[in-house]
Amino acid sequence: MSTDLDSLYQEIILDHYKNPHHAGLRAPFEAEVHHVNPTCGDEVTLRVHLDDGPDGRPVVVDVSYDALGCSISQASASVLTDLVIGRPVEEAMQTHEVFLELMQGKGQVEPDEDVLEDGIAFAGVAKFPARVKCALLSWMAWKDATAQALQSDPALQEEKS
Amino acid sequence: MDGLLPELEVIRKDFPILERTLAGGQRLVYLDSANTSQKPQVVIDTMVDHLERHNANIARAMHQLGAESTEAFEAARDKVAAFVKAPSRDEIVFTKNASEALNLVANTLAWKSPFQVGEGDEVVITEMEHHSNIVPWQLLTERTGATLRWFGLTDDGQLDLSDIDQLVTERTKVVSLTWVSNMLGTINPVAEIARRAKQVGALVVVDASQAAPQLPIDLGELSAAGVDVLVFTGHKVVGPTGIGVLWGRREVLEALPPFLGGGEMIATVRMERSTYAGIPHKFEAGTPPIVEAIGLGAAVDYLGHIGMDAIHRHEQAITAYALKGLQSVPGLTVLGPLDATQRGGAISFELEGVHPHDIAQVLDSRGIAVRAGHHCAKPAHARYGVQSSTRMSSYLYTTPAEIDALVEGLHHTRSYFKVG
Repeated sequence: MSTDLDSLYQEIILDHYKNPHHAGLRAPFEAEVHHVNPTCGDEVTLRVHLDDGPDGRPVVVDVSYDALGCSISQASASVLTDLVIGRPVEEAMQTHEVFLELMQGKGQVEPDEDVLEDGIAFAGVAKFPARVKCALLSWMAWKDATAQALQSDPALQEEKS
Repeated sequence: MDGLLPELEVIRKDFPILERTLAGGQRLVYLDSANTSQKPQVVIDTMVDHLERHNANIARAMHQLGAESTEAFEAARDKVAAFVKAPSRDEIVFTKNASEALNLVANTLAWKSPFQVGEGDEVVITEMEHHSNIVPWQLLTERTGATLRWFGLTDDGQLDLSDIDQLVTERTKVVSLTWVSNMLGTINPVAEIARRAKQVGALVVVDASQAAPQLPIDLGELSAAGVDVLVFTGHKVVGPTGIGVLWGRREVLEALPPFLGGGEMIATVRMERSTYAGIPHKFEAGTPPIVEAIGLGAAVDYLGHIGMDAIHRHEQAITAYALKGLQSVPGLTVLGPLDATQRGGAISFELEGVHPHDIAQVLDSRGIAVRAGHHCAKPAHARYGVQSSTRMSSYLYTTPAEIDALVEGLHHTRSYFKVG
């Protein structure tokens, strides 16, 4: 019983919850989204700032957020920003895919620490179906905001194609 | 402890689910009855017996099973009518749930009838409603050009009636409010508000979803005070899901146009037009949830046998004990009235430093079932600057020992998350 609970509430998750990284809303940004979890009321407002990288590909320069929610959703936002800030959008999207796969794997997917770093702590969450959407809230918001930012900026879009 | 049901252990044996264990061998401590109540064996057996021995469609089958099924279904209506002391059994309409009952009223009020709501009219609700008593009225007022207004709440969780004369005016066509709040537990003075609403000729709708499980209902008295419509759902009064109840004053139900069209709600149908059945069948189009209605009949019979006054006393005793226990937890704040005699058995609270989901998760690992979130009452949460809360809710089978387990679980939750 408590081992299951401990697998959900890994120390890493509780650390991110208590001291979230990159929290708060900052400028500049190209897109801002507001996502909610209608069943529980968790909310996140998330901004994305992209720019051209040295090779001309768009890079995630900043992700800032204001989140209200449980330890899982808060920690997940914190880990997300660690994993995507400073990375080319394309790579960050791949990480997003890997995290999504882990969360939807019902606890059967072995997490890859090289890709997910602190994100591997969420492997236990996948065993609690009711909590998966908590972990995914900010990730889905980030994907949405990034897509909007790419669309709204012709220069970035051009670079992308 | 005074007020507890004298045969509590016997009553608990009527509810087979209370015997089960959960992951890790934990005994179930079910404190989520305001969400849905558990079902006694007699409800389960009645439904199984009907399906095994009497199943047939009602009111249209010309055979013995059809007659038995019809009789059982209509007997359930009689039982529900008796449970709420309805002036007439024909005023009891079966719906899918309380939401459908409220939507039935809000929808039919948009159409032509003496009660029709139109531009310039006002509908008054309250800030402590469940979403099911907010959204249908938003839809009605948006569609008709009417205006939605609402009673605010006081800091101590009561309806703020100080501006009742500005809110309930000759423009008011409908006043719809909950009797007992599903979040704050507040018991509202529905008769007093109904009397005021009647002075301006408004239709009065009461959401009794949380009241029906806990309070004796006397529709003779309530209708005399001016209540026109009262709704509740079956699954919170130890009945099954899929069945709700709409009581409406005869003159109101007869004047409102039909809601859903179809079989069973007609008198005759020609290709050009149809005429409609009398109440209650006018509002029961199609094959109804037959076995669910029959299960609900058994449920309200069961509650009636124990006695709603005794159940109410039990709720008050458990609620008082729970309020005391919860307030012993450091950093815990109860949302809503603190006097158990003035409230229902749903107690929402915040625990400083721990999110409601995380509280519910830790409690669940100890077998304790509570609800976490906004409990379909986002505006009431927003009123108190709270994003979500944890809610415990008791019922006739709840023991003081289960409240002890909750309080101990909350102390454990604090230490688990290293709070304080």
